[in-house]
Amino acid sequence: MNEPLTPATPEALAEAVRAHPRVLAIGARTKPRLSRMPAEVTLISTRALRGMVEYEPDEFTFTARAGTPVREIERELAARGQYLPFDPLWLDAGATLGGTVAAGLSGPGRFRFGGVRDFILGIRFVDGMGRLLRMGGKVVKNCAGFDLPKFMVGGLGRYGALAELSFKVFPLPAARLTLQLPTEGAEAAARVFTEAAGARWECEALDLLPDGQTVCLRLAGPAPAIEAVSREILARWPGQALAPDRAEALWAEVREFRWAHADGVLAKVALTPAAMPALDAAVRSLKGARLHFSAGGNLAFVSLPPAVALTALPERLRALGLAGLTLRGGAPLWPGRHTIPAIAGAVKQALDPDNRFPPTED
Amino acid sequence: MSDVLHRLAALLPADRLLTGPAQLAAYESDGLTAYRTRPLAVAIPETTDEVVALVRFCHQEKLPFVVRGSGTSLSGGSLPVADGIVIALNRLTRILRLDPAQRIAVVEPGVVNTQVSVAAAAHRLHYAPDPSSALICTIGGNVAFNSGGAHCLKYGMTANHILGLKAVLPTGEVVEWGGASREHIGPDWCGLFNGSEGLFGIALEITLQLLPRAECFYTVLAGYRTLEQAGDAVSAVVASGLLPGALEIMDALALEAATAAVHAEYPPGAEAVLIVELEGTREAVAADRGRLEAIIAGSQPIEMRPARDAEERLAIWKGRKSAFSAVGRLSPDFIVQDGVVPRRRLGEALRHNGELARAAGLRVANVFHAGDGNLHPLILFDGREAGALERAEALAGRILKRCVEMGGSITGEHGVGVEKLEYLPAMYNADELDCMMRLRAAFDPLGIANPGKKFPRAGAPALSQRGLHPLERAGVISRE
Ligand SMILES: Cc1cc2nc3c(=O)[nH]c(=O)nc-3n(C[C@H](O)[C@H](O)[C@H](O)COP(=O)(O)OP(=O)(O)OC[C@H]3O[C@@H](n4cnc5c(N)ncnc54)[C@H](O)[C@@H]3O)c2cc1C
Repeated sequence: MNEPLTPATPEALAEAVRAHPRVLAIGARTKPRLSRMPAEVTLISTRALRGMVEYEPDEFTFTARAGTPVREIERELAARGQYLPFDPLWLDAGATLGGTVAAGLSGPGRFRFGGVRDFILGIRFVDGMGRLLRMGGKVVKNCAGFDLPKFMVGGLGRYGALAELSFKVFPLPAARLTLQLPTEGAEAAARVFTEAAGARWECEALDLLPDGQTVCLRLAGPAPAIEAVSREILARWPGQALAPDRAEALWAEVREFRWAHADGVLAKVALTPAAMPALDAAVRSLKGARLHFSAGGNLAFVSLPPAVALTALPERLRALGLAGLTLRGGAPLWPGRHTIPAIAGAVKQALDPDNRFPPTED
Repeated sequence: MSDVLHRLAALLPADRLLTGPAQLAAYESDGLTAYRTRPLAVAIPETTDEVVALVRFCHQEKLPFVVRGSGTSLSGGSLPVADGIVIALNRLTRILRLDPAQRIAVVEPGVVNTQVSVAAAAHRLHYAPDPSSALICTIGGNVAFNSGGAHCLKYGMTANHILGLKAVLPTGEVVEWGGASREHIGPDWCGLFNGSEGLFGIALEITLQLLPRAECFYTVLAGYRTLEQAGDAVSAVVASGLLPGALEIMDALALEAATAAVHAEYPPGAEAVLIVELEGTREAVAADRGRLEAIIAGSQPIEMRPARDAEERLAIWKGRKSAFSAVGRLSPDFIVQDGVVPRRRLGEALRHNGELARAAGLRVANVFHAGDGNLHPLILFDGREAGALERAEALAGRILKRCVEMGGSITGEHGVGVEKLEYLPAMYNADELDCMMRLRAAFDPLGIANPGKKFPRAGAPALSQRGLHPLERAGVISRE
């Protein structure tokens, strides 16, 4: 395969799109399944298309180039006491802002204030005709035009190549505290999730670790407040508060997928807490399978060792009626419930009439 | 009755297909009362199947349709078209499912916004988006306009609370996107549909995320000698790292109106009032309130009035939420604008708008979502005076253009509708508009869903800066 192109400006990105009949923009390829392409597809790396374009801490907004590593953004925001509340994933691995949007991936923190879709404000992107277009806005509120920025979240770059993204950010909470609550399996964890999510505590994150035995509950806010709330939670369920460095290491492990197999299939699944026990049982019946539940049971990541048949996960997800997306490994891109309404083809045609970007099915 | 209406009559019982002039009159206008149009007929379905059948009929007959919730659109979004029908959804008012464990509600589109929170209250849950019109507007209308409210900075707009949608597209295709999970797989179709102003079809079933009601509120009202001081206080609060649930400002004229209408009481001598609300666990609010008080005390208020109990808090909000209708009492007519500016430029924008208003000889009241930079200038005029509406609209246009020049938007939450048609090009260039038109054509190849809204209707006369509205010139609409 040829080396990917590396345009350094949005205009050069548009030029690169125009110059090739089949293209796909790629970031750091932390989710390689999303850009597994036949040889005739020209890959356009956003590696050189990076950097903060505008950061207005007073406005709670920033605009950055698509290839900017999220780690860099997080650092710049933190220096001004702000953050992206949805805990973007694969920071150490170099995940880019554009890739995070195109893959539609949010981490544990999405539980409290929402995911990527809830913080994206605007985009500049190149459509299938090679036009550099701006959609949405740079202010925290705007409803003029159609909300294509949201549509691009999870669009896998199949509808356009992202050049720049504008986001809303929040002030960092004054303090954080992580509690570990020992739990017996997914069903018990689902009950904890449901109760904690409906309680007065305003949890920031609610995950179940791959051991299936440990609920991690994160609180955020003024230190005295979260200490008081944590005492109440620990009176409800036995458990312990983690020291700050241990908590940090734990969430980093989650966000970097250190718990997952290095090879094999890694997939995202959207679900509800009620579906946790069934998914847990279905996945754990596969030898060596690991599974992490996140966002209070609305999100799961499944990791399978290479020995497991590639058809296994799709069969199980379909049987459960769940939708999924394969991020790594050779399983089908959409391993679960997946319907293709006629409008999907029409919208693809509208944005990409010559099918310059890959089809949404593969 | 025309042929097409005869055929339409086969779809609904006679009492749910209105065609008489007196019956139609009630549907001629929406919240933007300066415009009226009489539709061919108004269809009143009672089930989503009937809605689907109506849309398929319209598609087959190439008959334009305008969906209507409660008709509170402030931009003419639900204004009928003369050569089409209105599909009124006020009888689709069932809450289909309320699941307190998953914290979702699945509702029909005609459900009124506050009804959701009322139904959820027993479970200590609520539906966060709270437009001032929440007591009357429908969830379907909220979805179409991606409506906001007073809590957008922290909780976002309607789109941020829509998890799933079943909709009938203008082609008659029925789609289901998303569902009960807070996460989605694949492109965010629900996000795209939100804010599509009725152009992408009709939402039939909507899955809403519910949030636990905050345990504790701390609401402060502060009076200032100038609007600019109130604006500076907003910047100071935001810079402090606090994340208030609401940050609202009312100016002198709005205060006068609220005082007259609901007997709200404000600090004497205040030219502007700031409302800040903290919310969260009782412990978090207790920890943050001191900081907030110190910030406000440092912003030179004339007076600071924290709400001491739930009743006082409600009184503060009553004054704020009634401001729109209250201003209506000060003047025979008004139009509300909805531009957005970067928050730090609020003071500058308000000063500038004041100058524009004085130059135009018009009074403008300001009530707005300061935390979002979302202005709501209410331009007062007397429609009986020759040329007054035109002057008001010209002023509105200048204000909107200024918002765009300052890096903002022509609309934060009220939508483009018919009212801001000619200003969309101030935000988007020809290619960008073309991209949106292509999307629109993908959803609605015949151009029958809410034609003439958001984008000029095909074949409509070229847009001009002033004078007659383009739809007016095209004979599609007329004024009272
Ligand atoms: C006093 C007052 C205060 C207001 N305050 C606010 C505020 O604080 N924030 C705010 O954002 N707005 C506010 N509004 C504006 C208005 O209430 C909102 O835009 C509201 O969402 C409209 O709802 P509705 O049911 O009245 O819709 P309508 O006016 O009937 O329709 C609005 C648009 O939605 C479309 N539509 C309706 N139902 C559907 C459906 N099921 N599927 C697809 N499209 C549909 C219509 O075709 C139309 O284009 C206010 C209005 C008034 C009169």
